[in-house]
Amino acid sequence: MSGAVPASPVQTAAPSPGPPLWLLLELTYRCPLHCVFCYNPTDFARTGAELPTAEWLRVLREARALGAVQLGLSGGEPLVREDLEAIVAEAHALGFYINLITSGVGLTRARIAALKDAGLDHIQLSFQDSTREMNDFLSSTRTFELKSQVAALIREFGYPMVLNVVLHRLNIDHVGEILEMAEALGAQYVELANTQYYGWAWLNRAHLLPSRAQLERAEAVTQRFRERVAGRMQIYFVVPDYFERRPKACMNGLGSVFLAIAPDGIAMPCHAARMLPGLELPSVRAADIRSIWYDSAAFNRFRGEGWMKEPCRSCPERGKDFGGCRCQAYLLTGDPDNTDPVCELSPQHALVTAAVERAERAGREGPGPGAAREQVLVFRDHRRSIPVVTEVPARR
Amino acid sequence: MSDLPDTVKPAISQGLKLQWEPAQDAHVLLYPEGMVKLNSSAGAIMSRCDGARTLAEIVADLEHSYGLSGLAADVRAFVALALQKHWLELRE
Ligand code: SF4
Ligand code: SF4
Repeated sequence: MSGAVPASPVQTAAPSPGPPLWLLLELTYRCPLHCVFCYNPTDFARTGAELPTAEWLRVLREARALGAVQLGLSGGEPLVREDLEAIVAEAHALGFYINLITSGVGLTRARIAALKDAGLDHIQLSFQDSTREMNDFLSSTRTFELKSQVAALIREFGYPMVLNVVLHRLNIDHVGEILEMAEALGAQYVELANTQYYGWAWLNRAHLLPSRAQLERAEAVTQRFRERVAGRMQIYFVVPDYFERRPKACMNGLGSVFLAIAPDGIAMPCHAARMLPGLELPSVRAADIRSIWYDSAAFNRFRGEGWMKEPCRSCPERGKDFGGCRCQAYLLTGDPDNTDPVCELSPQHALVTAAVERAERAGREGPGPGAAREQVLVFRDHRRSIPVVTEVPARR
Repeated sequence: MSDLPDTVKPAISQGLKLQWEPAQDAHVLLYPEGMVKLNSSAGAIMSRCDGARTLAEIVADLEHSYGLSGLAADVRAFVALALQKHWLELRE
């Protein structure tokens, strides 16, 4: 949307950014589960070829030299990449803390042994995809068997068993069963993350947003479960921000700590940033990480406060939440510079309350005939925000 | 937790990693969802928690390295806090 008031020059001077402490490599969009319905961009089939091994290794070296230290390896399903072990080995040699985010499909004993050898630090087992996988999991022994074999391997190789499950209207009522399954898998940490509405989830938002009553029931169930397993399991329940009064402080602001690289080498200040209009995202094929991080227009676009509009611009809380999510602001209001409408102070907050009301109505009426039916809905785990704290960890 | 016996052997918790980061000029504790930048005393204590040394040995080593005495109470309090945060765990 045009009409953006140019930011005053006084405010545009962004403080000079620190290093990209957090690097996420989306190694591939391929996934053996055929879960094209995930947070990957809706036009992911049109993206270019995946980076070859040597390019990923160069990205690792350059980012580490700038001070990057946290490394996430995701996809798609990163295990699809046969060079995953080589990438992990290089990352380990460079001193990264390496977290693999996987559905577990393809995690054989041989591979986990090789990954452990290569220096993998952590594994997050995710239900990162479709409703179908969740249904299979809840109903079919085979899927449960597969997940429990993988979970057993994860524990056997000395990794904490961390399970991430994406919640939405169609499965949130099963949260009790999901938690029991997690317990049966020997999960020590469970994150119940509500869907975030961008990518495919945005397209299906009407079918996915739970009602407030569902949410409250699920939280109550989670709380009872938590008390029962206290000391053995830690459970995090992430409420969808549509139900909050303030937006999430996304990644300390775009371009402040987080750098994601898509399979084709496109560098992004947030894993959803590909959707933002007018953002010319640089490619690691054409530029080095230093110039991408410090000099590219895309990474400077949302640094500092110069880009902000009212009410954020003069809001005393702007240093706390950075005006919320740019992608959400764009999707809901058409302008990525607007206040995230999740914020009560946003003049467009009604867009969010209206969506919640629609969900309430749908919740009362139940899914209409055929509503949301086999429309294999849409997910992939991704954190709404990745906290990088300096004094106290956000959890654990 | 302040009644931690001298003989416990604290270690960095499973799945966490402690390392010196020149770019941040600090010890950082890394874990899946984030990182903790430790101040210098926390870094000095944590980097000695290797699961082999007892709390008493860690205190003695710190006092020796920094030429100080009477650190026991502070170290004990920090270790208790770090245990509570699951940064450290106890080894037998
Ligand atoms: S107006 Fe903007 S800065 Fe203020 S609380 Fe809302 S989103 Fe945050
Ligand atoms: S919260 Fe941040 S990371 Fe998530 S979509 Fe919005 S801008 Fe991107």
